[in-house]
Amino acid sequence: MTLRFDKLGVVIAAIVAYAAFFASFATFRANRIVPGEARSIFEALPPTIGPLLLAIVVVAAIIALLKTPLVLRLAASVVALVALAILIGVAGTFLTPAGNTFARISPASGFWLLIFAFTLLLADVLTRLNLSPLARVGVLVIAALAIGLLLISGRWDSLSILKEYGNRADSFWAEGSKHVTLALGSLAAAVIVGLPLGILCHRVERLRAGVLNVLNIVQTIPSIALFGLLIAPLGWVAAHVPGAAALGIRGIGTAPAFVALFLYSLLPVVANTVVGLAGVPRAANDAARGMGMTDRQRLFGVEFPLAFPVILTGIRIVLVQNIGLATIAALIGGGGFGVFVFQGVGQTAMDLVLLGAVPTVALAFAAAIILDAVIEMTATKRRVETA
Amino acid sequence: MKAWLPSLLRLALVVLLIAFVTNPGWFEPLLKPLTENNAPAIYNQGSLLTLTLLHLRTVLIATVAATIVAVALAILVTRPAGAEFLPLSRSLVNIGQTFPPVAVLALAVPAVGFGEKPTLIALFLYGLLPIFENALTGLTTLPGNVMEAARGAGMTGWQRLIKVELPLSAPIILGGIRLSVVISLATATIGSTVAAKTLGEVIIAGLLSNNLAFVLQGGLIVAALAVLIYDGLSAIERYTARRMGQETGE
Repeated sequence: MTLRFDKLGVVIAAIVAYAAFFASFATFRANRIVPGEARSIFEALPPTIGPLLLAIVVVAAIIALLKTPLVLRLAASVVALVALAILIGVAGTFLTPAGNTFARISPASGFWLLIFAFTLLLADVLTRLNLSPLARVGVLVIAALAIGLLLISGRWDSLSILKEYGNRADSFWAEGSKHVTLALGSLAAAVIVGLPLGILCHRVERLRAGVLNVLNIVQTIPSIALFGLLIAPLGWVAAHVPGAAALGIRGIGTAPAFVALFLYSLLPVVANTVVGLAGVPRAANDAARGMGMTDRQRLFGVEFPLAFPVILTGIRIVLVQNIGLATIAALIGGGGFGVFVFQGVGQTAMDLVLLGAVPTVALAFAAAIILDAVIEMTATKRRVETA
Repeated sequence: MKAWLPSLLRLALVVLLIAFVTNPGWFEPLLKPLTENNAPAIYNQGSLLTLTLLHLRTVLIATVAATIVAVALAILVTRPAGAEFLPLSRSLVNIGQTFPPVAVLALAVPAVGFGEKPTLIALFLYGLLPIFENALTGLTTLPGNVMEAARGAGMTGWQRLIKVELPLSAPIILGGIRLSVVISLATATIGSTVAAKTLGEVIIAGLLSNNLAFVLQGGLIVAALAVLIYDGLSAIERYTARRMGQETGE
């Protein structure tokens, strides 16, 4: 039997070799802002566990390197990732001197590279398995549950990012719910306004170029500027329109952030509604007209269902974009995970930056996977129906 | 609309932009009503011209690097030797797009320090995606008969790539570059939260001192740059498409 190499496996094995033997596994810092000292796998883990982890990653890398069955590759990547996830917590406990509450242990480049390499392997396996949309959401749920379990079990409590969390547990959830409210609320507002506007643009051709041009120009205004520019008009509204201040409308804070996100969200929603409606086959419309459907019936019975996947694509773009942009709301006192990111940048406390950035990335990632699955399901459902 | 009107508007915007960044003092009376407590109406902690040029330089460096890497990657995965990587690279690009720019920026700081470098990394990563996607579309949707003819004419794989595939997909690749530049122009302003010298500095100074005039001038310069560059690249795109004998929808 000749050995055959997998091309991606060569890349993965190279990353693993470098990360496991030359890069540092964890960083030890005497307190949260001093520069860290590197610790290798052997230094960071108890004497029995270090070699065990090394054996696991080397075996998994060899499985990736050779042409092996998909199931084996799947098992290798999952085992390696789970081992890394659990053992970084062990490293945290092992490296923290007894009774010391100032020391900070964080994952270092070697750990992140190993995670990257095996995530790459897992992503490749999942791509090749060609999972159905529902199965992809299932994988996401399993991964989320696993991470949730690790968090609840307290195995990661010794790591620096969770020490930062421990100091701010209350505000973390408050900012988190603000973040989600901002992203989802502005999306909902954009859909409520954008859908009718898109339909109008589709029906009235003279309106189309004008509306789309204006929305295009809104997109070119940098987000931090748009957030800032809305402070004045909203401040004026709060001061002069009776009842507005009582509704929470104020110059700084959540209101300008909400309006800015709403404005950014309009273009993808309106543009995709127009494109989706324009893509409805003429034959379908003619048939509906021939059946004696009214304009309204045609819109809700024919055009809208056919354009739905395209409109959903616009909504997916908006949601992922809003989750990212909501971090900037913190600059104008709008709250959200950005609060931790900018506080962390200000204090050069990178653990605090991570506390804001990691949940943001996770939210955006989960939103993308879920909406992609929904889009694929609506699109295939339609294809099955029309076939 | 008359055909010359858009060109005239564009020209007026160019003149206005140049006048503003070189002689911001002229516009002081316009911006003065936006300030309170006698605050300065024109950014006074640095030259707007220098910041504009630095902003453009940052975007240019990041876009050139992103273009080279993205096109090279797209070429690699569309060759038979790299075909294995195609599905994976597609999913990686999809995943990459979900990373918020602020997060990339903030996470790059511990690795490379404050200043221009984290901004360049964020812009580079963000710029990669649209260019890669478009290059991939361009290289995988070439007309079959043209490729057949090139092969029939005895061209080697390398010759086909340089003389047929790349020129034919140039308009689509340019479309990706245009998208990436516009995103980068706006994203570069966020770089100033980690001390990069861009027009974001003006906006952030305005946010911190509650000076609306600063926020407005920073935002408008960036928006004007984006509109002009978008238009310019669209024109180049149409020109190359015409030269390639392709019809454009616009």
